[in-house]
Amino acid sequence: MSRRTPEPMSERTRLASSGARAAVVGSMNRQPGGDVAKGNIFFALLLLAVGIAMLALAAVIVQSAIKGAPSFGLHLITDGPSTIFPEKAGFRPAIIGSLYLILGVLILVVPIGVGAAVYLEEYADSTRWWNRLIELNIQNLAAVPSIIYGILGLAFIVRGPLSLGFIALAGSLTLSLLVLPTVIIAAREAVRAVPPSIREGSLALGATQWQTIRRQVLPASIPGIATGVILALSRAIGEAAPLLLVGAATFVTFDPQPLSGGYSAMPVQIFNYALRPQDEFKVVAAAGVILMLVVLLAMNSFAIWLRNRYEQQW
Amino acid sequence: MEAGDATATRALGRPDPSRPLVAARPRYGEKLIQALLAGCALISVVTTTAIVISLLAPTIGFFGEVSFGQFFSFDDWAPTQADPTFGVFRIVIGTLSTSLWALLFAVPIGLLSAIYLSEYAKPRVRKLVKPVLEVLAGIPTVALGLFAVTFLSPEIQDVFPSFIKTPPFAAGVAGLAIGLLLVPIIASISDDAMRAVPGGLREGAYALGATKLKVATRVVFPAAISGIVASIVLALSRAVGETMIVLLAAGGTANATFDPGQSVLTMTAFIGKTATGDIATGTITYDTIFAVGSLLFVMTLAMNFVAIRLVRRFREVYE
Repeated sequence: MSRRTPEPMSERTRLASSGARAAVVGSMNRQPGGDVAKGNIFFALLLLAVGIAMLALAAVIVQSAIKGAPSFGLHLITDGPSTIFPEKAGFRPAIIGSLYLILGVLILVVPIGVGAAVYLEEYADSTRWWNRLIELNIQNLAAVPSIIYGILGLAFIVRGPLSLGFIALAGSLTLSLLVLPTVIIAAREAVRAVPPSIREGSLALGATQWQTIRRQVLPASIPGIATGVILALSRAIGEAAPLLLVGAATFVTFDPQPLSGGYSAMPVQIFNYALRPQDEFKVVAAAGVILMLVVLLAMNSFAIWLRNRYEQQW
Repeated sequence: MEAGDATATRALGRPDPSRPLVAARPRYGEKLIQALLAGCALISVVTTTAIVISLLAPTIGFFGEVSFGQFFSFDDWAPTQADPTFGVFRIVIGTLSTSLWALLFAVPIGLLSAIYLSEYAKPRVRKLVKPVLEVLAGIPTVALGLFAVTFLSPEIQDVFPSFIKTPPFAAGVAGLAIGLLLVPIIASISDDAMRAVPGGLREGAYALGATKLKVATRVVFPAAISGIVASIVLALSRAVGETMIVLLAAGGTANATFDPGQSVLTMTAFIGKTATGDIATGTITYDTIFAVGSLLFVMTLAMNFVAIRLVRRFREVYE
């Protein structure tokens, strides 16, 4: 019997017990003051890290404001871009272009995003492989680099099957595909937050599944969906990389049209100014950043306020 | 409701008390709506398919003219010249260089912020800090790129005069700006993962006499490690795919170096720079964009799958 006890086991047990013994002796001999000091140093480190993150945000905003201040004025909104006179250079076509783009994204993304979310939460049987495939696919699409969407837009929307050319609608479609996964994920969470008892009550009263969704589930999840949509739109406003590939880089001096001709967008115009070697144009770019940050901060704050205000406790 | 009842009675003809509890007639409208909604969900699959097709066709064309050995090599990266060479490793290393410097900044800051938010911060402070981090994540990358060239780069030059070889462009400057973008990603996902660790583990550790520091670093941190790794992998994927910051701040010389003071060309910067003009379809330059895009897509896809699997693991264990 004694031979059946494997030799390495007893060796391990011996090591383990001596290790535990050493640990206990070590911790009993330790100065409690050392632990307190270590804890305080660690806490200071944590505060430092959070402080750096917050400071970075403040630095980006303040630095853009200081840098852009000299060229701040109404001409930023009323004037078109200029290659020669930075004091006259503005963002008018870019602002109009961005408005068209965002309007297009809003019209395309809300019905499709909410539709997909309702399907996945209310109809889809998640044990079926195709529904799991759709879910995995959406998670993955949310992390695909934005420039890849630009390549897709160039090959499929500007040229290829759709062949729309370099127009604002092509930009809208590309941005819509880019933010669609974010909208679907946010809308799913909002729909999921509606408790099953609401659905069961409605179904028990004789409503069909679609009636239940339309009259009960969707109205209850509107604040959550709206928050997701606003955050997605603010991402679409700031996104420049895919637009470079689908034509927004063109230097536009006239007011763009949604369905024909060249267009520009706010972040792309800022990028154009920032690339110029003259510092005066970097000042104009910084002023543009401030213009854009004001809009984005307003949208983000509204979304966060909406989320906190209507966070429903069932 | 009354109208509904009326039509129901009419449709049934005579009321039958023994009728089973199923719909009296098939509801085609309901089926149609379900099909429409399924169609919306299918758009995501169509998008992925379209991405793969749009990348694949020109990439196959590209490898018809350029061999694998020429592409996956350390040759010069000069695809637009009259006598083109395609040593893609030069821009892959450029990409890895900016991403590495970004992670070196963002991982410590992001993880420490996450530990603070999940273990130390009072609910009131947390409610203030989290939205601020969210706003940091929402700053347009063009703004961060401009911040890098007009502020970070001159400041670094003031302190270390010979650090940046081709001012104001350097891989380290671009990396630092990308790092600012990654901090909220790492902080928010890691915070979620650490908060998913059940309180019982913390209480057990306290009962055994552990200090708060020990609980945070030796109990909660290891228990949440899969979520933490997922946040870093996702951040790396984001750094590799970032375009505007590197276009503005990394320079654009295809140096195969990890030196933070050197100018580099990244894969995304090449695509963004080359695809802005009206380049003709079918030329080798046009196909090169797609070949580089394919490589970028495959790299980020692999990272995303790793991250999704890891996130799923911590969700399954504790929820």
